[in-house]
Amino acid sequence: MEPSLASYLALSGILFTIGATGVVFKRNALGMFMCIELMLNAVNLTFVAFSRYYADVTGQLFVFMVMSVAAAEAAVGLGIIIAFYRNSVSIDVDDASLLKN
Amino acid sequence: MASTVLFYLFAGFAIACALSLVYHRNPLYSAISLIGVFIALSCIYVTLAAPFIAAVQILIYAGAIMVLVVFVIMLLNLDEDRPLTRLKYLYALGAGLGLILLVQTFFIFYAVMRAPNHTVNVDQTVGKTLSIGQAMYSEYLLPVEIVGVLLLMAIIGGVILVRRLEPTQLRLVINEELDRRNEGQEKDDFRIAL
Repeated sequence: MEPSLASYLALSGILFTIGATGVVFKRNALGMFMCIELMLNAVNLTFVAFSRYYADVTGQLFVFMVMSVAAAEAAVGLGIIIAFYRNSVSIDVDDASLLKN
Repeated sequence: MASTVLFYLFAGFAIACALSLVYHRNPLYSAISLIGVFIALSCIYVTLAAPFIAAVQILIYAGAIMVLVVFVIMLLNLDEDRPLTRLKYLYALGAGLGLILLVQTFFIFYAVMRAPNHTVNVDQTVGKTLSIGQAMYSEYLLPVEIVGVLLLMAIIGGVILVRRLEPTQLRLVINEELDRRNEGQEKDDFRIAL
C-alpha cells in the first residue's frame, strides 16, 4: 500500500508553510534565502507526487527547471548578499534601508 | 506497507529539520538543517519512483547550492542573528500567515481525499533517466534552452555583482564613460548643425 497523493500534498503544504513563516521571522538575509529554498523544494515535492500519480514525465521536467532557477537564484542572491555586506558590515535585512525616505 | 512507513519516517525527518531551520539563529545550524530537509526529500523522491530527480536533488541542492551558502556563511564570519526587538508585530504577522497557509493546506488535503480514484498509475518507464532525457530534448527543447540562457545571465550577473574596482580602475571607467557621453554630445551637435 502506497501513501495517498493527499499525504504528499499535505507534507508539501506543511513544508511550504514553515518556509513562508521563516521568511517573515528571519532577519538574516541568508536565513531568508534558505527559507525560500525550502519553499521551492516543497513545490518540487508536489510536482514529483503528481508526476507519479498521473504517470506523466512533465512534472519531473518541471522540477529540473525549478532547480535551475534555484541555482541561478543562489548565484545572484549570494552575490547581492556579499555586495551588501561589503557596504554595510551586516546582512541584517533591517539595515538594508538605503532607499527608505 | 513499507513505502508508507518510509514516507512517514522521512516526512517527520523533513518537518523536524525544517522547524530547526527556522528556529536556529545561527546561520550555519540553519544551513545544516536545510541539508537534512534536502536529503529527506531526496529519499521521498526515491519512494516516488523518481531516481533521477533524487540524484539531482542531492547533487544540485545538497552539493552545489548549500556548499555555496555555507561558503558565504564562513566567508562573512557572521555572528548570531539578533533577537527581534523593533519588529515585534512580525511575530503576529508571521503566525497569521502561517495559519492561513496551513488552513489552505488542509483544504487541499480534504479536496484531494474526496476526489475519486487517485490510484497509482503504474508506468515503470516514467522517472527513469531515459524517459526524462527523451522528453527534455524533444518536446521540451525550447524551455531547456531558455534555462540555459537564464543560467548564463546568472553567471554574468554574479560576476558583475561581486567585482570590486580599484580606485584607479574606477576613475578609468568613469573617464571612459564621460568621454563616450561627450562624443555623443558632439555627434548630436554635429547632427543639429547639419
